[in-house]
Amino acid sequence: MNAIDLTLLAAGAAEAPTGVSLMWLVIAIPLASAAVLLLAGRVADAWGHLLGVAASAAAFVVAAWAFFELLGREAGERSFNLGLFDWITGDEFSLQAGLRIDQLSISFVLLVTFVGTLIHIYSVAYMSHDKDRRRFFAYLNLFVAAMLLLVLGNSYLVLFVGWEGVGLASYLLIGFWNYRTDYAVAAKKAFVANRVGDVGLLIAMMTMFAHFGSLSFDDVFAQAGAAKVSVLTVIGLALLLAACGKSAQFPLQSWLGDAMAGPTPVSALIHAATMVTAGVYLVVRSGPIYSHTPNARLAVLVVGAITLLYGAIVGCAKDDMKKALAASTMSQIGYMMLAAGLGPIGAAFAIMHLLTHGFFKAGLFLGAGSVMHAMQDQVNMRRFGGLATAMRVTWITMLLGWLAILGIPPFSGFWSKDKIIEEAFIGEGWQPWVFGLVAMLGAGITAFYMSRLFFMVFHGQARWTDDQHPHEAPALMTVPMAILALGSVALGGILSLVGFAEWLKPVTQAFTEVEEQEPVLPVIVITLTTLVLVLAGAALAWVRFGSREAKVPILPPPAGALVKAAREDLFQDTANDVFLVRPGQAAVKGLTVLDTNVVDGAVRGIGWLVQTAGEKVRRWQNGYVRSYAATMLAGVILLAAIVLAVRL
Amino acid sequence: MSSASDAFLSLDWGRLAPVLIVLGAAVAGVLVEAFVPRKARRPVQIILSLLAVVAAGLVTLMMALDPDKRAVPISLSSAQSLTLDPMAMYLQLAVCASALLGLLVIADRTVQGDDAFTPQAASVPGSEYEDQARRAGLVQTDVYPLVLFATGGMLLFPAARDLLTMFVALEVLSLPLYLLSGLARHRRLLSQEASLKYFLLGATASAFFLFGCAWVYGATGQLTLTGIGLQTGQHLGMDPILLVGVILICVGLLFKVGAVPFHSWTPDVYQGAPTPITGFMAACTKIAAFGALLRVLYSMVPTLEWDITPALWTVAILTMVVGTVVGVVQKDIKRMLAYSAIAHAGFILTGVVTFTSEGLTGSLFYLFTYGLATVGGFGVIALIREVDAEGHMRGEATSLDQWRGLGRRSPVLASVFAIFLLTFAGIPLTSGFVGKFAVFAAAFGEGAWALGLVGLACSAVAAFFYFRVIVVMFFAGEPAEPARGGLGVGVRTQGLTQVAITVALIATLVLGIVPGWFLDFTGDLSLLVVP
Repeated sequence: MNAIDLTLLAAGAAEAPTGVSLMWLVIAIPLASAAVLLLAGRVADAWGHLLGVAASAAAFVVAAWAFFELLGREAGERSFNLGLFDWITGDEFSLQAGLRIDQLSISFVLLVTFVGTLIHIYSVAYMSHDKDRRRFFAYLNLFVAAMLLLVLGNSYLVLFVGWEGVGLASYLLIGFWNYRTDYAVAAKKAFVANRVGDVGLLIAMMTMFAHFGSLSFDDVFAQAGAAKVSVLTVIGLALLLAACGKSAQFPLQSWLGDAMAGPTPVSALIHAATMVTAGVYLVVRSGPIYSHTPNARLAVLVVGAITLLYGAIVGCAKDDMKKALAASTMSQIGYMMLAAGLGPIGAAFAIMHLLTHGFFKAGLFLGAGSVMHAMQDQVNMRRFGGLATAMRVTWITMLLGWLAILGIPPFSGFWSKDKIIEEAFIGEGWQPWVFGLVAMLGAGITAFYMSRLFFMVFHGQARWTDDQHPHEAPALMTVPMAILALGSVALGGILSLVGFAEWLKPVTQAFTEVEEQEPVLPVIVITLTTLVLVLAGAALAWVRFGSREAKVPILPPPAGALVKAAREDLFQDTANDVFLVRPGQAAVKGLTVLDTNVVDGAVRGIGWLVQTAGEKVRRWQNGYVRSYAATMLAGVILLAAIVLAVRL
Repeated sequence: MSSASDAFLSLDWGRLAPVLIVLGAAVAGVLVEAFVPRKARRPVQIILSLLAVVAAGLVTLMMALDPDKRAVPISLSSAQSLTLDPMAMYLQLAVCASALLGLLVIADRTVQGDDAFTPQAASVPGSEYEDQARRAGLVQTDVYPLVLFATGGMLLFPAARDLLTMFVALEVLSLPLYLLSGLARHRRLLSQEASLKYFLLGATASAFFLFGCAWVYGATGQLTLTGIGLQTGQHLGMDPILLVGVILICVGLLFKVGAVPFHSWTPDVYQGAPTPITGFMAACTKIAAFGALLRVLYSMVPTLEWDITPALWTVAILTMVVGTVVGVVQKDIKRMLAYSAIAHAGFILTGVVTFTSEGLTGSLFYLFTYGLATVGGFGVIALIREVDAEGHMRGEATSLDQWRGLGRRSPVLASVFAIFLLTFAGIPLTSGFVGKFAVFAAAFGEGAWALGLVGLACSAVAAFFYFRVIVVMFFAGEPAEPARGGLGVGVRTQGLTQVAITVALIATLVLGIVPGWFLDFTGDLSLLVVP
């Protein structure tokens, strides 16, 4: 990396402004900080967390600088390619590793660095009792660097490096308390689901490479219009698979709930605000590919719709506060995915919802962390209740986050989610009706389960376990929560007023002409119906969980089939077990038995003999060599048969 | 007589220099064993063998860089039994590089003077005689000439241009390896068994190879590869015989490569052989044998491509799947890397059987980088020894249980090993990723998407067992009950292994971060082979 060659290839051949040309620093600073924290060892324990916070904040400052420079330019001249070094050069095989700074990536970078910095600050207090706090900050910095590389990369290959990096950081952080076996298992589950997704991304990359001879966004998108639709569909579906793995979308969603085993700041940063939304980024970024392949786009829509309902239903039945929030994250990303599948206009709102969601969901998670902090790491909502008076600041910040996710005007969520629902009603045939109604219904269910969560924690009767003395968290934790709450209140409105969709247009509509269409229902009807559904959901939750008279049993009551299914994540794990794990294990077992009995029984036996040294009994393993030779002979016959069969 | 002496004189001796240097040094090494006093033998042998390999590598490099000699492939000797074209020189360089690093690991010993080899190979394991030999401080220095003989064979193997020369090279490289496998200092029985198995099965494979040569000769009347290639273009009415012959020859070579279903020796031999030898043969044999396989296959292309492709696809898929799946359940680190080697053979094979310059580019790149990383990886394993409760160093700690928490006991070694594992897993910014990407992209581009898909799925699954080792090293706590034989810990040595590991590590990272120039290079080579 020493030969950083800052060649600037601006879109309009214009010289990149200083801040933009320094964007490589936003990756380098946290990365360097992570390296220092990991290598310095115990020496850095005293100041390690401060360095971590400073690194994240410095990245934000650089990003903000570049952002204002972009703002000062014409809409068509806000895209820059920042060449870093030639990764692979060759006649038919050339790749330049570089960064792409444009409206889309800078928006994401600001989210990651701003929310990331707040969560770093929060973690200083949250992890203050953990003896491995320095290592925790090293991983957080590593995550920030990898995430920024993911969104800033100017080719699928650079994106992939970041993609693997965030997967690694996520794995390390979920398993941060790896002395608990179930936590280590959760980390492993996340790893496996992500690997499945990675294969999708690799397939997409190799297909692109084979057909376009390049992996850079510019080259691929420029050629996408002329490519065969079948090729684009394969690429689109493979990219969708990758997005499903990373963003916990159906059918690869099961890891997200278990990932809540990680420390709560991790859940807020990685598993709510940033990493899990990388799949949405991937689909939006690949918009020029999807715009030519209706089938792959339909698949995106279907996945988004299924997941948004799935997450919402699961969220209704979870008693674990963090898992309920995780289900909600899944569902909200389903909304984004749905919007991304709707095409260029929807994509803009997908990103807008991604940003507002990043704020209010991170705020909700930090609030949940504050509650856990106060209640001795209790997460069972049936043992909360009546905390509103004990934790005033937490209550207010979570109240604002709750209003935002419900989509009550004028809070943030309203501006982005309502737009997505509106967009879902656009189209022809059956699609707008199905996707529009699903999105609308999802909003109602969301209102129910989020209100259920909010009321069960803060209202109703106190159902605390003994020895609980809830207290407000220190300022280091409440101040970040308050800042995020401000975002929950106003970000959506601000983004709408300044025309965020318009700002993203050069990216989302770069290769496609889009004509504005009207929804199949009048906008006012959609908005009002949604609001009525939301209020109904919230009211139902109030009656059952919030009011003074509501009785919330301490133990989960016996329930009907649907609730039971929802408590079990709609049997996701069972399905995985039956369809994936067991056949896989059986295959491994079969091959292992073969290997054990035929191939390596001999070695085991001999190994055991050697271990019990002095024993004179030596069995010569003639038979086994014979069986090896027999395998070879069988192989020869097999190959000869294949060759001759081809000839016939 | 005069024609023989003409041939002798007209031989381009200069171009044969690399092979001659190595084989000459091997013979000199045998003389050293006979005439140099025991005390001086070890340093003399080490210096002799290192110099020989370095010299061979340098001479090859000089020839490769000389445009006059590089441009035209030149066949040596009137019988044209050797060809030193750019691809042969490239593979010879790769063999020299891996062999050099391998020799460093082989020559190293701990500060207590413990090397990896038994003091007296002829003694019965566990006998009084063996103990005496150990106490007398005997050292098995004939390891070095044996390694040089094997290296000489490996240099000839990818340059062979007729089947008989190829067979001779095969035997020259194989016989010393059979012996070397049986020389492990610890776990003598395991080692001896590995040696015998390797010999018996290797002999079987050689028999298949020779049998195949006979069939091919019967069908075409030719022994040179080009001659056979020309004949296959014509309809002789004996196609089935020719095809079976070609397949039998391939079987002999696939055995050396470690491809399924001719792989069964690999885990046993990799585990039983002294670890430095395992690293040496895993890297160099694979390079040399793939070189020979390329020669055989590409001389038949394009006439037989359609006939042999299905069989080779089968082998490639089986190799990737079996290597990966069985690798997942291994509990011994050497055995795990053996299955990993099998899977990698499958990945390399994927590039070879696309029969395109893109695929070959990837495979040649893969061979070189995988060879270096393998020597490095086994070098690390050689350094991790068992420490019992009293703190005595014992044999190598190869059980995965003994590696628990190694990241805390030997952080540097564990981190370096983690990087080698990442390159085996094909994670970006390591050379392994570039190799895999090049190979699979070629497969996807050439309609061999089934191979590409299987390869991707396998590398995804394989990553699981590489990561498991990383997790065990860095995140697993101390085992509940003490591991049998004691925990593994990095041992202090005279430093040669560390040099080899460092070089391998640098190559792995450099070729991962800036692989372009090297891919260009292998790309040019492949264009000479695949028109």
